[in-house]
Amino acid sequence: MSDKPLTGRARADRQPHSLAVWRGLGGGVALTQALKRHSPEAIIALVEAAGLRGRGGAGFPTANKWRFMRLGAEKAGPGPRYLCVNGDETEPGSFKDRLLMEALPHQLIVGATIAAYAIGATEVIILVRDEYRAAAAALTRAIAEAEQAGWLGRDILGSGFDLTMRVHASAGRYIVGEETALIAALEGERPVPRHRPPYPAVSGLWGRPTTVNNVETLSAVPSIIENGAEWYQSLSRTDEGGTKLYGVSGCVARPQLIEAPMGTTGRELIELCGGIRGGRALLAFQPGGGATAFLEAAELDVPLDFTHTKQAGSSLGTGALIVLDDQACPVAAIARHMRFYARESCGLCTPCRDGLPWVAKLLDTLEAGKGTRGDIDLLHQHVALTGPSGRSYCDLNTGALTPLRSGLERFGDIFTAHLAGRCPVGRA
Amino acid sequence: MSLSPAIKTAIAQAAANHGGPKAAMLEALKLVQEAEGWVSDAHLKEAAQVLGVTTAEIDSLATFYSQIFRSPVGDTVILLCDGLSCYLCGGDAVRDAVMQKLGIGFGETTTDGKFTLINICCVGGCDRAPVALVGPERKLVGPLTPDALDALIDGKAIGGAR
Ligand SMILES: Cc1cc2nc3c(=O)[nH]c(=O)nc-3n(C[C@H](O)[C@H](O)[C@H](O)COP(=O)(O)O)c2cc1C
Ligand code: SF4
Ligand code: FES
Repeated sequence: MSDKPLTGRARADRQPHSLAVWRGLGGGVALTQALKRHSPEAIIALVEAAGLRGRGGAGFPTANKWRFMRLGAEKAGPGPRYLCVNGDETEPGSFKDRLLMEALPHQLIVGATIAAYAIGATEVIILVRDEYRAAAAALTRAIAEAEQAGWLGRDILGSGFDLTMRVHASAGRYIVGEETALIAALEGERPVPRHRPPYPAVSGLWGRPTTVNNVETLSAVPSIIENGAEWYQSLSRTDEGGTKLYGVSGCVARPQLIEAPMGTTGRELIELCGGIRGGRALLAFQPGGGATAFLEAAELDVPLDFTHTKQAGSSLGTGALIVLDDQACPVAAIARHMRFYARESCGLCTPCRDGLPWVAKLLDTLEAGKGTRGDIDLLHQHVALTGPSGRSYCDLNTGALTPLRSGLERFGDIFTAHLAGRCPVGRA
Repeated sequence: MSLSPAIKTAIAQAAANHGGPKAAMLEALKLVQEAEGWVSDAHLKEAAQVLGVTTAEIDSLATFYSQIFRSPVGDTVILLCDGLSCYLCGGDAVRDAVMQKLGIGFGETTTDGKFTLINICCVGGCDRAPVALVGPERKLVGPLTPDALDALIDGKAIGGAR
């Protein structure tokens, strides 16, 4: 039993296996076990006992989500039900789902099939971002192989369970990854978020019960079936089960993906990457991608799971650590993020559509050493008016302002120092 | 030139695979772009006709998705990442070098029609930052240096590609 259930079977060159090789590696065992030995309810109970939480950013308990779907399906009555796999990965700093789709397509397919069985889905649609061409190709090939092998289609492995699966290739725009926008995208509508309620579990794709799960979440499912909930729990350092596919990038010697026990600390992850580049000191890191608050050296020993990262004032998000050294300017860093979020606003809500470009411009002015005290005041106002959550249609807006909020809190002096006409930090 | 019969068949097929004509609009746009490099008004209209949707409906997607090009692009599209991880690894120097070499900014095409430069973020290559995606396969190249990009543009091989 591998201590790296997510990536342990990946080839070093990141090329996908054939289904035959995958089967030889034991990669089909979970499917047989799930469909032949377990009831859907038993699978949900296993996933619950394993402590699996969604890896798409919010950390929502997967078993709860799946139960809502079963309730939704009961309400909705007979007809198609959907599992959408979210492979839109665009959060700045995140590069984990790319590997799981490119190198391990069968693992995802088996995980999605087991999930579909547990929630009673009739079709799985894997949405893959446009830029991940190799991932879409690997998945398309693997789905065809799975159909051939009787892992998909009618009466899978003689279990009586029917399922179809396909890939939907997207075409850019970060907002597509938001689950209700993703559903709109699959329907051929402009991919902008929809109001909840109704929740997708009740009325999602084409008005039918729908579950949206992240690629990493579903890729973890086969190992839970194979080795059990207790084993999965025991991989973790904390109460949250399993391993996490962390990504570390920015100012480290060797940026990389690291599958490690859930709750591994920033210090350990940075050390595994050869430490801070050039032997410099850490200024700060974002633990979960572009939309998460900064942590500093004092928080290097925080176990990076959902609970502890939140307690430390940030969030685990996608588990993508972006590391800033003491030569990196936080104002410049936040400005980069803000330009991205501003251009990716879907345009539905005014504070996001008009507010973010304004904030981005203020940050650019400040970074260039042309800002005023009034500009910094305005930044504070934007942060204050946005509130922690809920004042816009989706979380893009609040997420975008999160690094700014924490930057102003932690590095207020560096913001102010820019008023002297130039960047006070090394790189500039 | 109108769309080839093969593309039209593929678009009709997409409607069957994607749960109906409306849901297949994006795939249709992608098929057109794959064949033609971009989506012209004439081709947009043809694709709409094959699917039996209005031009306005399909254009509402074409104008929303950033990777559907509604104006001509060069033979090679370079999508350069301007995300934070790439910036922290020297992305600005690469950006400046490529802009100088090609004599264009983001969103522009060289006068000889060979290259279009577009900024994008994040492309999930932060472990190889700074990176770009190049050509129809969106091949990820990185870590880029101004020299490596020079070589790439001059058509020379570049290491570390996958
Ligand atoms: C603006 C925005 C973008 C998002 N992008 C993604 C994404 O690319 N991939 C993803 O899995 N979740 C993304 N999410 C989260 C999804 O809405 C959803 O919570 C997630 O796919 C659920 O999967 P999980 O329960 O397995 O974590 C995004 C959310 C927002 C607000
Ligand atoms: S917060 Fe921004 S991205 Fe989200 S719905 Fe509103 S405008 Fe669109
Ligand atoms: S920031 Fe450039 S690839 Fe992620």
